[in-house]
Amino acid sequence: MTKKIINIESGPERLKSFEDNWQTEMGAWFPGERVVLRGKDVFTELSQCSWMEYFIYGLTGKTSTKLARLVEGIWLISTSFPDPRLWNNRVAALAGTCRSTGVLATAAGVGVSEATIYGLKPIKGSIDFLYRATKKLEEGKPLEKIIRNELKTYRTVYGYGRPLTSADERVKPLMDFADSIGMGDGPYTKLAFEIEKWFKASRLKYQINIAAVAAGLLADCGVLPEEEYYYATLSFVGGIYPCYIDSLDKPEGAFMPLNTKRIRYVGTNETRSWGSKQ
Amino acid sequence: MTDTTEKAAEQITTKIWREEAEPDNPFVAAKSYCAGFDVYGDLLGKISLVEYLWLLFKLEPPSTSQTRMLEGLAVALANPGPRDHSVRGAMNAGVGGSTRASALIAAISVGAGNLGGAREVFTAMQYWQQCGLNLESWIDIIHNPPHEERTDVWPEMEHTPGFDPNGASCPTPVKQLLDHLVGIGHSEALVWLQTHRPTLEQNTGSPLAFSGVAAATLFALGFEPEQAEILFLLLRLPGAAAHAIEQEKMGWSRYPFFSDGLTLTNDPGPVTHND
Repeated sequence: MTKKIINIESGPERLKSFEDNWQTEMGAWFPGERVVLRGKDVFTELSQCSWMEYFIYGLTGKTSTKLARLVEGIWLISTSFPDPRLWNNRVAALAGTCRSTGVLATAAGVGVSEATIYGLKPIKGSIDFLYRATKKLEEGKPLEKIIRNELKTYRTVYGYGRPLTSADERVKPLMDFADSIGMGDGPYTKLAFEIEKWFKASRLKYQINIAAVAAGLLADCGVLPEEEYYYATLSFVGGIYPCYIDSLDKPEGAFMPLNTKRIRYVGTNETRSWGSKQ
Repeated sequence: MTDTTEKAAEQITTKIWREEAEPDNPFVAAKSYCAGFDVYGDLLGKISLVEYLWLLFKLEPPSTSQTRMLEGLAVALANPGPRDHSVRGAMNAGVGGSTRASALIAAISVGAGNLGGAREVFTAMQYWQQCGLNLESWIDIIHNPPHEERTDVWPEMEHTPGFDPNGASCPTPVKQLLDHLVGIGHSEALVWLQTHRPTLEQNTGSPLAFSGVAAATLFALGFEPEQAEILFLLLRLPGAAAHAIEQEKMGWSRYPFFSDGLTLTNDPGPVTHND
């Protein structure tokens, strides 16, 4: 018997209406019998999907082989660098050198990927900006004003500029890949490169980075900011895990060891004693 | 490696920690100094854990009342109890026999959020920084919360930070904690919160929560919102750890599964196989 969920805005009555009463369309496991995801039987209706198609269906309810192929391509080209110097990958390498587990290494690496200077914040922020910019363009605002306003408010525009290096080597391979599957010339992708043109001509000289390219390609498929965020959550795993394995294969503690001189202390020079007049 | 190349080596820059190497091993510290104090030669045996926590964040020793306030908060937060979302996260790791690290990761991840979690403390701290002890500013921000045009990875706040949207009246322990903390140092912010709690609750439509007292206390103690967020995560871990270990021993069969608690409202039903 399904209990009725009363629409209560707040307070303990809201919690009471949910006690042992989780009503959902998302899915469920029927022990020893079957599994349902978003109204479809997993074993009979979804078992022929690729993992990425299943993943995207679970996240958004969308079924699209082409979108799944695009997301896979974006992951592979953009976020799967097996270089342990990259901060999220380095966490996994450190876990490997300390002989932690692969899952813990990867979970930590994924968590750290929700970063500001790279990773999930620019990924979500880029597509969000493309949608907001498009809306303002449709309202008649000039692109330059839109970009300048974003810079004035937030000092950065997600998707443009990059730490360590200005050029993004991933842009051309991703656009080539998009072209190979019949994508890459939609309005949001074009806008992403229009914005780069403005930056290149400005004193900032920012170049487009992969987040804006991925954002353009996905927005052209109707993907929303939160959907791209969901898709991208695991996107770094392809680079994270090899860094753990590489570290695990080498001697314990051997990953980038730091001797005591590698600490540059810039605090107080006095040596103090606890409890005396400090 | 020559001295020249060592000088060129990249370094970690820190105001917190200085080390001197053992003569036979440059990778091991013979002496470690925290903000100028010899950790193993001086602090050990003299400093309490809470004082050390303060020193790490502030780089200066706390006063007696600051120590007592942080300690009071730490005790109050240490175990939110087994019904708390973050502790439940940890216990789910326990009953499944997951790694103990994952229990704490679960507690941290669940307890990081906007509802009763560390992000709520961060946002509440921002309110404190913005409104201070000005009641009109508080009432204004409660009714007109800040809204960023740009999206973020964090979901938007759905209630006034520091107040429990699922609460009725202010819980006794929250009031007890606030009274205790006010009694220690009569800190201006906490006295103000105690005085104006009914007005704030009336405006939010929700009672003050532990997250709100934590934010006010950490504001009163001069912590930054970022420090408050991470301290709140840290201070709530002991209970999560203890409950996870306890449930690991109990096992999954003595832990709620909510067997009858889920209803699939769009069930396509069993599929007939024609094989």
